[in-house]
Amino acid sequence: MIRVALPQHLRTIAQVKGEVRLEVQGQVTQRAILDALEAQYPALQGTIRDHVTKKRRPFVRFFACAEDLSHESPDSPLPDSVASGTEPFLVVGAIAGG
Amino acid sequence: MSKVRVLVGTRKGAFVLTSDGKRDKWDISGPHFAGWEIYHMKGSPADPNRIYASQTSGWFGQMIQRSNDGGKTWEPVGNKFVYDGVPGTHQWYDGTAHPWEFKRVWHLEPSLTNPDTVYAGIEDAALFKTTDGGQNWEELSGLRKHGSGPRWQPGAGGMCLHTVILDPTNDKRIYIAISAAGAFRTDDGGVSWKPINRGLSSQYIPDPNAEVGHCVHHVSMHNSRPNTLFMQKHWDVMRSDNAGDDWKEVSGNLPTDFGFVIDVHAHEPDTIYVVPIKSDSEHYPMDGKLRVYRSRSGGNEWEELGKGLPDRDCYVNVLRDAMAVDSLDDCGIYFGTTGGQVYASANSGDSWTPIVRDLPAVLSVEVQSLP
Repeated sequence: MIRVALPQHLRTIAQVKGEVRLEVQGQVTQRAILDALEAQYPALQGTIRDHVTKKRRPFVRFFACAEDLSHESPDSPLPDSVASGTEPFLVVGAIAGG
Repeated sequence: MSKVRVLVGTRKGAFVLTSDGKRDKWDISGPHFAGWEIYHMKGSPADPNRIYASQTSGWFGQMIQRSNDGGKTWEPVGNKFVYDGVPGTHQWYDGTAHPWEFKRVWHLEPSLTNPDTVYAGIEDAALFKTTDGGQNWEELSGLRKHGSGPRWQPGAGGMCLHTVILDPTNDKRIYIAISAAGAFRTDDGGVSWKPINRGLSSQYIPDPNAEVGHCVHHVSMHNSRPNTLFMQKHWDVMRSDNAGDDWKEVSGNLPTDFGFVIDVHAHEPDTIYVVPIKSDSEHYPMDGKLRVYRSRSGGNEWEELGKGLPDRDCYVNVLRDAMAVDSLDDCGIYFGTTGGQVYASANSGDSWTPIVRDLPAVLSVEVQSLP
């Protein structure tokens, strides 16, 4: 089971409290996690990545295991500890003032 | 007894203000969607409990929210705004070609007859339509592709389609306005469009009388006279009596004809309201005095309305979608400021009172008159 930590505003949109838990089939990548997340919570479509290009929104970041994975390929395997559910995959709203 | 519901969009959430027909005591609910920019909320004329809201964030993009119970509860609906075909380019600030990119929804205009049909004016400027209550949105791309699109250029606030006016006597006719392209009209339900800017003169563009390129801030119409339009341009207050084919200036004795809002009295189609703003580089009232100006002659002759409004040290702005009128008798006028006040007049503008005064900066105000 994959653990995903969403920022407060996206938890509100998805109507969840705390971490989200997802079943991901096959290799665990950013794309696979986001596909599963958007399938389970359709209201999140377009809020983390573009509807069409699937590119990460500029002020959203992906962290895991104390690393910034935002610039990794969306199809790169994520660390084993994320795939095993030991560590959460963090979706973060970047610090951007205002 | 009649009721009034005021829908206020702000930089950090939405607020719903309600009152009875006396309009002297107000209940305030909110913030809804706390922390998000609410560019616009508007109720369906066909079903006043159906309300749509544009919720947007620099981090998480665009959401469209829908309420079926007058704003008590909300549900997210479709937020996928994809331009039709290859988007192409428009002019950027430096004159170079820039790809069209969706940024946000500025204005939501529900159909006059069907609560599931809504038009959305977006940035970068285009018009979208839903016919299923907001689940799916499709571009009316004849506007962007009619020919002048590549010459459109953003104003300081972005290249936004901010005004959508539906003709109550002709369901094929729609007026829209874009900063900084101008006003446009369709007479075939959105398939084909033409610029309607003849008579506008803008000294800040190379050809002051160009067909497009004018920074139109807002346009308003009275339902009983759909061929008459009133416009607050960047500078100049304008009027057309032939559905936008020709415009004439009606700034008259205004102390400054720069401003953003313009609206028409609910029962007097020649009574119009503006809030004069000092200049395009000083977005606040003249001399620190917040004033509404009213013309009862459809322009040119204006009277200052200040009873109950700040007489000094007021340096707020009133943004383009932040004025609305109710349809009670006597007509109520409402406007919101970037200082977070919403002022209301229950007597056609003769006197004013703040019905809420410490909200985040107000982006939009709409009013629903309820039985």
